[in-house]
Amino acid sequence: MTAVFLVLSAFLASAVEMVEALTIVLASGLARGWRSSLTGVAAAVVVLAAIVAALGPALTVVPLDTLRLVVGAFLLVFGLQWLRKAILRAAGLKALHDEEEAFARELAAARSAGRTERAGVDAYGFLLSFKGVLLEGLEVAFIVLTFGSTQGSIPLAAVGAAGAVVVVAGVGVAVRAPLARVPENAMKFAVGVMLTTFGIFWSAEGAGARWPGGDASLPGVLAFVCLASFAFVRLLRAPRTAPAV
Amino acid sequence: MKIARFLWDFVVGDDPLVAAGVAVALGVTAVLEVWWLLPFAVLALLYVSLRRAAA
Repeated sequence: MTAVFLVLSAFLASAVEMVEALTIVLASGLARGWRSSLTGVAAAVVVLAAIVAALGPALTVVPLDTLRLVVGAFLLVFGLQWLRKAILRAAGLKALHDEEEAFARELAAARSAGRTERAGVDAYGFLLSFKGVLLEGLEVAFIVLTFGSTQGSIPLAAVGAAGAVVVVAGVGVAVRAPLARVPENAMKFAVGVMLTTFGIFWSAEGAGARWPGGDASLPGVLAFVCLASFAFVRLLRAPRTAPAV
Repeated sequence: MKIARFLWDFVVGDDPLVAAGVAVALGVTAVLEVWWLLPFAVLALLYVSLRRAAA
């Protein structure tokens, strides 16, 4: 059960971040040339892989209770950020992320920038792709490391993340346009719920609390977080739909 | 300094109250060793944070 949550969370989080990274890479490739853009992508992937490879083994030597307390607390704070924004967007209080608008903005900026070439690679195009993939990928690396280490399976979390990269990159190559139809907020909502659920579960365990039924109570925590989140969306929507007097 | 700012934004985000509240709730959970406290503390923190953002 937790393995399914693990892969699904890593997949969804990675997919959401990669959709945003794809928008930047496409803008960079079209405006500055594919060689520069893809070199930036490759460099960012190497850095992200190095971060996971360096921190992954280090986390496995930390005692499990300490790891669950620290990682669970980080995951909880991090997950609540995602969930808070997703609830505000679902309630109409925060603008939805618009990939087409982001693409047009990045494309215009990339076309107007000056050109500096080194070894046949345009510096602006390289840096634009590198920063885009690195910054979006850091959140994925964080989720892979935290989820994977507390569940004792970083490779399983990495499989979920890698699956999303393959799917998003495949669709991106096929359509050669920003993936504007992806239900980004629904995916962010789901990731926020999962991160918050695991954060509550692991950090409480790490702090010394024992859940009734052990791991079997995880779906109960998930249901609690889901119900609370949907209730908050309804609560925040209510004043706007009430008839004016 | 830029790295510290980035890490702060990355982990804590827009509302430091949530991070502070989680730290306090975990401290109390560690003292009382009860499982039910954290879910309700998270519920309360999320409610307060959302109300502040919506105001």
